[in-house]
This record gives sequence, C-alpha cells and structure tokens, in this order.
Amino acid sequence: MNPRTVALAIITLIVVAGSLVGLFARRQRQIDLEQWACAGRRFGLVFVWLLMAGEMFTAYTFLGASGWAYSRGAPVLYVIGYWPLGCVIGFFILPLIWEVGRKHRMQTQADFFQVRYGSKALAALVALVGAVCLMPYLQLQLTGLGLIVEEASYGGIHRTPAIVTGFALVAAFVFVSGIRGVAWVSVVKDLLLIGAAVFIGFAVPHIYFGGIGRMFAELARFKPAHLVMPGSTPNLGHAWYFSTVLVSSLGFYMWPHFFAATFTAKNGEILRRNAIVMPLYALALPLMLFVGLAAVLALPGLRDGDLSVLLIVRKTFPAWFLGMVGGAGALTAMVAAAIQLLCAATLYAKNLIRPLFAPSMKEQQVALLSKLIVLALTAAAVLLAIYSSVSLVSLFLVGTNGVAQLFPGVFLGLFSRRATTVGICVGLVTGIAIAAVLTLTNRDPFHGLNAGFLALCFNFAVTVIVSALTRVRFASFDEIPAEVSSVSSAVVPPVTVH
Amino acid sequence: MKRPAFGSILLGLIPFAAGCFSVSLWDRIHPIVLGLPFNFFWLISWMILTPICLWGAYRIETRRDLDSKPQQTGTSGMVFDDKSEGGAA
Repeated sequence: MNPRTVALAIITLIVVAGSLVGLFARRQRQIDLEQWACAGRRFGLVFVWLLMAGEMFTAYTFLGASGWAYSRGAPVLYVIGYWPLGCVIGFFILPLIWEVGRKHRMQTQADFFQVRYGSKALAALVALVGAVCLMPYLQLQLTGLGLIVEEASYGGIHRTPAIVTGFALVAAFVFVSGIRGVAWVSVVKDLLLIGAAVFIGFAVPHIYFGGIGRMFAELARFKPAHLVMPGSTPNLGHAWYFSTVLVSSLGFYMWPHFFAATFTAKNGEILRRNAIVMPLYALALPLMLFVGLAAVLALPGLRDGDLSVLLIVRKTFPAWFLGMVGGAGALTAMVAAAIQLLCAATLYAKNLIRPLFAPSMKEQQVALLSKLIVLALTAAAVLLAIYSSVSLVSLFLVGTNGVAQLFPGVFLGLFSRRATTVGICVGLVTGIAIAAVLTLTNRDPFHGLNAGFLALCFNFAVTVIVSALTRVRFASFDEIPAEVSSVSSAVVPPVTVH
Repeated sequence: MKRPAFGSILLGLIPFAAGCFSVSLWDRIHPIVLGLPFNFFWLISWMILTPICLWGAYRIETRRDLDSKPQQTGTSGMVFDDKSEGGAA
C-alpha cells in the first residue's frame, strides 16, 4: 500500500469511530432544546471539564499555534500567556453566571442579557454579535480540516472536497446528538490529541536536535530575534502582547459556546474547580509551539506556517503515524466546529429569529429551526474557508476581538448596580464598530496595540458615561423575579451538592 | 450578587501581574532555565502556578460559602445528594 492510502485510511477510521461515539451517546433520551443545548443541566465535574477543555483544544491550538511559532516566533507566547488568565476570570464569574442562569432558566448567552437588562432587542444584538464572531472560528476549523486532509493525502485530495465532506459529517453529527454527544467525542479526541502533542512535542526536537534544550540553544545561536518579541514580525511587540493577552483573557468566556457550557453544569462549585485545573490542561500547548520552532530550522522556507506541524510529521515519521496525527487533528476540528455550530444556531433561532419574526414559536419548533440554521451556517463557513486564506491564529484573533466586547455587559451586569440597558447597548455598538473598522482596514495592531483592546476601552468608557445619563431598569439580578423573566419553559433539575 | 472576597481577588491578580503586565521584564532569552529561554520558562511555570493561586482563592470562597449557607438553603431549594459524584451520563 502506498503511504497516501495508509494515512487516509487511518484518518477515516478515527473520524468515523469518533462520530459513532457521539451518535451512541444520544441513547434513548428525548431531545428537546434544553437537552440539546444544555444537556439538562446535569453535567458533573468530569463532563464539564471535558466539554470546556474540548472546546478549547481546536484546530487553532493544534495547527494555528505551532504555525505562528513557525512564522511569527515569540509573539505566539500570547497563546500560553492568556489561557491561565482566562481561567482566572472564569473562576470568578462562571459560578455567578451559573446561579442566575439556573434561576432564570437561561440557555444561551443572549438570554443572560435579556434577563439582566430586560430587553429582547439587546439580546438579539448580543446573539448576532456572538454568532457572527463564531464564523471566523468555525472557518478556522474548516480550513484546518482541509489542510490536514490535503497534506495527509500527500496532495492527492484537494482541500475543497476535503472541507465539504468533513462538514457534511459534522452537520449530521450535530443534528443527531446535541451537546451530550459532543462531550463524549471530546473524550476520544482529547486523548488522541494530547497523546500526539506530547509525543511529537518531545520526539521532533529530539530527532532533529537531540532534545528541547539543544533545539533552543541552536535557535538562540542562529535565530535569536525569533525567540523574543516582536519575533519575526514588525509590530507585535510588548504593547501588543499586553493588550492582546488582556483582551483575550477577558474575552475567553465571552465566546458564546464557552458561556453556554456554563449552563450544562449541575452546580456552580463544579465550575470553580474546573477553572482551577484548566490551566494544567494547557500544558500540551507549549509542546505544539516546540514543534513549530523545530520546523524553523529543520524545514525552513514554508509558504504557509500553519502547515509546519503536518509537514514535519510527514517528513519525520511513517505514513501510519501521519494518519494518527491527522485523524486526531481532523476529529478535533470537527468537534470544535460541532460545538460552535450548535451554539450559533441556537442563538440565531432562539434569540434572533423567534423574537423578531415568530414570537409564538414553541420550544420544539425552535429546536427544529436551530437544526435548519446548522445547515445554512455550515454552508456559509465552507464557502468562507474555501475562498479566504488568512492564518489560523489571525482568524481566531478577529473573533476574540469581537466577543470581548460583550465583557462589559456581563461584568457590569453581575457586579454593578448602575449599568443601564441603553448604556450597555451603546457601548457594545461602539466597541464592535471600532474593532470592525480597525480590523477590516488592516490597522490591527493600531500603534502597537491590539484593536480589540482599544475597542474594549472605548466600549467600557461609553457604557459608563451613557449609563450615568440614563435610567437604571434593574439594579441587579436579585431584583428580577424568576417567574416573570424566565427565558425558557425548561424544567430545571434541583441543585445537587456533594 | 455576591462579590468575591478581597483576598481571593488579590490572589487572582497575581497571575495577571506575572503573565501580562510585566511582559518587558521577562521577555528575554537569558538566563536559560531547564533548557528553555526565560520567557518560555516563565509562562510555562505560570501555567502551574496559576492553579495554585486559584486553589487559594477557592479555599477563601468555600469558607465564605459555608458561613453564609444557613440563610441560603431555605430559599434556593438545595438538595444534598451523595450519589451524584462525577455521574454525568
């Protein structure tokens, strides 16, 4: 058998086996919106951990981070810098979000805004922002998937058909199983991915340089500028690092799918403990950076840095191993995309389309509508992935800069008695406008600072000023009666503490 | 909404001071520690030190929760259930 057949057969095997795990997780449960999107709020520590960690290990961490280590150098350190800090923010806000989420039966991030600020229009805006920002993240997964299949087939299968087939599978998978299926597949893909990361993270530097320490010694000798900021870029220096880490850590749990994962937990305690262990999970990440750095000397002159991991694995190991790594990566991209699709579709159906066009819709119909939207979004992301070529990390940063603008509404909603509906709304629009203009006109970073960070500063300032001038509707969640404001008819299980 | 305790907020700020605000102090190659350039070594260590800070904050917060529990249990309908440990599926 030629290496192409071996590699592709193993990838297919892993992807199919992984999907089957997801399909069987459905079992005999009746799936309504509450089950589909929140798993009935019964996840314990292990499952919340798997779900959240599974959401974080995506094609971005697997291919994108090493890609930036290869092409940009030290600025990629922001990836391992912001992750633990995002967990710190989560430690403080997630238990509170969980508490109000349960009281008011929230299922989505936009529900949070609807209850706290008493405005369906604001909720619709939040849903739109969240779902639109998910698109580049989704596109990133598709692009990653395409890269994997293209390289694993030694160029035999073109990227476009690879993307299309992969995502037909993802959409089918999301359709049938919902969030519970996704959490189960996360188990499989995380084991594979961490196994692959640990192995190649140590093996590649060892094979080419005789160890990680020797690799860095070589890099320090031949490419010292690559190892400190701004690395091999003209403008990603310390100010950029500081502003990007800050905006990424504040935006960490503002991703609508991370935010909504909060609601799957059966108590708030679980979320705190989860936040404590989460940074340790990221220890596989530096190893991926090492692979990218090894490729700087071992495989110089690549046109696309995002290919560095795949190409160095292909060059170093036999075809079956490339198949294993490719399969782990493909499953990762698919699971991540499934979660993002699930979340974006629920947001559109529940917080945007229903309140605006069909207020009388029942929960079952919303669930059905969500499924139709899954198809539409998949198609849109496939087109984006086929027709644009931006580095994976850059795509991620565009999305982060957008979702981080939701932070003032969440933070002030939890802790401030002075935030008003109009204030949050105007601030959000200001933030999004600034981030969008700077990013779309290629002025990110702006004078060395991350565009999302600048947008967030203005967002906060405008929110505070406008809030001071307008009337407060509810001063805090405590003043909102649960019966009046419930945003779903779901039956919430009692809190279980152990 | 119940705000976090002052002590736990301070513990939460430590990782921010170390991994974010002080970037120009630690972004350098030398001294090389355990074979890693100093900036890599520093950030990787904070992936391990951050959970320790959060664990401290967790201790503070759970103690506070225990203190305020008598008022809470009546209203929120807490159910204490030993069998639920880890069982999700």
